[in-house]
Amino acid sequence: MGIANWIDIGRMDELSRRVTPLHRLDGRAKTFVTLAFIVIVVSFPLHTVSALTPFLLFPLSLLALGQIPLQPILKKILIAAPFALLVGIFNPFLDREPATMIGSFTVTGGWLSFLSILLRFVLTVGAALTLIACTGMNRLSASLEQLGAPRVFVVQLLFLYRYLFVISDEGSKMFRSVELRSEKGRPLSFRVYGSLLGTLLIRAMDRAERVYRAMVARGFDGEIHVLRPTSFGWKDAAFICGWLTFFSVARTWNLAEGMEIVLTRILSSTPQ
Amino acid sequence: MSHHIVEARNLIYTYPDGTEALKGVTFRIAHGEAVALVGSNGAGKSTLLLHLNGYLTPAQGDVVIGDTVVTRETAASARRAVGLVFQDPDDQLFMPTVAEDVAFGPLNAGLPPEQVEQRVVRALERVGMLHVRERPPYHLSAGEKRAVAIATVLAMSPDILVMDEPSANLDPRARRRLIELLHSFEHTRIIATHDLEMVVEVCSRVIVLDGGKVVADGPVRELLNDEALMSAHGLERPHILRHSHPH
Repeated sequence: MGIANWIDIGRMDELSRRVTPLHRLDGRAKTFVTLAFIVIVVSFPLHTVSALTPFLLFPLSLLALGQIPLQPILKKILIAAPFALLVGIFNPFLDREPATMIGSFTVTGGWLSFLSILLRFVLTVGAALTLIACTGMNRLSASLEQLGAPRVFVVQLLFLYRYLFVISDEGSKMFRSVELRSEKGRPLSFRVYGSLLGTLLIRAMDRAERVYRAMVARGFDGEIHVLRPTSFGWKDAAFICGWLTFFSVARTWNLAEGMEIVLTRILSSTPQ
Repeated sequence: MSHHIVEARNLIYTYPDGTEALKGVTFRIAHGEAVALVGSNGAGKSTLLLHLNGYLTPAQGDVVIGDTVVTRETAASARRAVGLVFQDPDDQLFMPTVAEDVAFGPLNAGLPPEQVEQRVVRALERVGMLHVRERPPYHLSAGEKRAVAIATVLAMSPDILVMDEPSANLDPRARRRLIELLHSFEHTRIIATHDLEMVVEVCSRVIVLDGGKVVADGPVRELLNDEALMSAHGLERPHILRHSHPH
C-alpha cells in the first residue's frame, strides 16, 4: 500500500525485461548517452527555457522505442518533484528583474529560472528513469562498472535500489498496523511518528543484515555478476553517434526558436 | 575424505549485547544423516546454524566440515560445502527474476555462463519450479518461494543442506510437497524446526537444544516419545507418534 505502490520497483523490473530493439542495445551505449544528455541539459544558462524543450525528444523517443508506458515514469517523476520545487521556489522572490514579455505580462528572471529548473528536472529524472526501465538495474550497474565507475559505488547503488523495496515493504506493514489501531481522522502525534521512524530504521537494518547473510551464504564477495552480458555492436555505435549529434545541434542552436521562425515564415509566405 | 561430515566441538558464542546464545554445543553428524535441531524459541538454533557456514565465529570451540576447521580463511570453502536455506524466503530472493536468483550462487562461484544455466535448470527442475523461472520472486506463493529458495542453494551443489524452519508459513499441501522434497535428498541434512510432525517423517535423529546446550541427542522416535523430556524443554510429543504407539 501507499509508499510501496508509488515506488513500485517491481513494475520497473518488469518493464526492463521487455524485448525490443532498445532493450537489446548494449547497456553501456544507453548509459553513456543518458549521462551525456544529463550533462548537456544541465549545462544550459540559468534562464533557458525554450531551447531546452527540443530535448524532450530524447526521453520520449526512448519510451516509444522501448514500448514503455508513460504513466509509471510520470508517477515516479512526481514523487521526486517536491525536491525540485523546493530548490526553485524562492527564485521568483529573489530575482525580480524583468527578463521578457509574454503578451502584456512582464516575466521576471526568477520565474524563468524557476521554470528552467523544473524543465531540467523533468528532463534529467525522466531520462534516468527511462534508462532504468529499458535496461534494468542489474545491467545498468554492470555497464557503469564497465564504463569505469568504482565498484564500491556500483554495489552501493545496486543495494540502494534493492533495499528501497525492502524498506517500503517494512514501512507499509508498520503503517497498516498503526492505521488499524488508531481512530480515523485523529492525527498521530510527533512522538508516535518519531518512534515509528526509529522502528522502521531498525527493522530495515535487521532485514538488510538478513539479506546480506543470505548473500554471503551463497558466496557473495562484493562482486556483481550478470547473466547474459551483452556485446557492443554497430547498432550501439550508431545509437551513440546519432544522439550525440542531435544533442550538440540542439545545444548550439535554439531549435524551438528555429522551428518558430520557420513556421512563421511558411505561414506569412502563404497567400491569404 | 568426505565433506559431508559436520562436527561441532564445544561451541560457545555470546552476542555483542551479552546474550549467551551457545554455551558449549557438541555433536557429530555423519554423511547422509537427516538430523532435526529442535528446541524452544531462543534455544540457540539459529545462532548455531550461522556457525555452520562460518558466518559467525565461535568465541570458543570449533566447527569442522569434512576435515577442515571453519575459520575466517576457510569460510569460503565451508560456504560451498554447506548450503544454508534461511527462514524467510524473502531474505534470500532479491534478484529481479527467479532464474537470476538461482544463478546468483553459481555466478559468484565463477562458473561459465553455460554451466550456470545448466545448474539453474537442474536446481529448478529438482524442486519442480522450472515453470516460474522468468517470474519475479515476490509474485510467487509462500510454497513456491520456499521451493525456489531451496533451489538457489541446490544450484551451488552443496554437500550439506542446512535449513531454518523450512515448513514455516506453508499451507498443508505445500508442506506435504516440502516433506517429500526433503525426503528425496541424499545430502546430509540439518533441519532446525518447531514442526515435530515433520521431524518424525523426514529425520532419523534429533538434537534437542535448550538454553544454548545440547540436552538430548538420539533417535527421533525415542526422544520425541519421551513426554517428560519434551515438556521439560518447551516441546510437545507429536501426534503421529501417539497414534502409532498405543500404550
